[in-house]
Amino acid sequence: MDTIDKVVDARGQNCPMPVLMAAKAAKELTSGQLMRIDATDNGARSDIPAWASQTGNELVESSEDQGVLSFVIRKK
Amino acid sequence: MQEKDPEMMTIIAFSGDLDKLWPTMILSSTAAANGMDVAVFYTFWGLFPLVRDDVRFTGNDAMTKMLAGMNAPGMKKAHLSKLKMAGMGRWMMRKVAKKNNLMAPEDLFAMGQEMGVQMWPCQMTMDLLGIEADQMVDGLGPPIGAATALARMSKSSISLFI
Repeated sequence: MDTIDKVVDARGQNCPMPVLMAAKAAKELTSGQLMRIDATDNGARSDIPAWASQTGNELVESSEDQGVLSFVIRKK
Repeated sequence: MQEKDPEMMTIIAFSGDLDKLWPTMILSSTAAANGMDVAVFYTFWGLFPLVRDDVRFTGNDAMTKMLAGMNAPGMKKAHLSKLKMAGMGRWMMRKVAKKNNLMAPEDLFAMGQEMGVQMWPCQMTMDLLGIEADQMVDGLGPPIGAATALARMSKSSISLFI
């Protein structure tokens, strides 16, 4: 696994914050860099992948550990 | 016929009700986060939430001042569309939202602005209700009219009236 360049902690935040935080953080990355978004909002399960596909950023991996959803995104 | 742009969204914010400001702010900020070109046109009751919270009264004659008195301007003073209960409903709703980490509409509005959502006040409503440009929050687009809103809606793949 490549190194994660940025971690977005959206735990405890509700819709639409995880997506807004991801979008803001993505602006600070350069193409090809990786970021991980951690969220506890169940809506993020579908919202982060939907945001990624809408913006053309690649969802590399998603996982869940003890109620925390993690998404690894590669910046377009 | 002109093709609609899938990356363009326009919302007509007609209601100034708290429970309708939420979907307006959530959808507009999220669409901007999705990379869409978003504009929100605030008209009729929808214009009152754009008045700065420190402005107690708007209006330029007895009637418009009375209207503002019955419908306090400012986003923080917006009431629910139902269960008003003399302000109790609004207070409870904001409490519940905070408890569930749902951001307040005014904070989502600021996020939307930061993400590039264009906020357009309706010129006709400003004249009708006697609301001056300097009584409204910063960062708004120029006041516009129905024709400008319609021209944009005809190109937007998503147009909503909230």
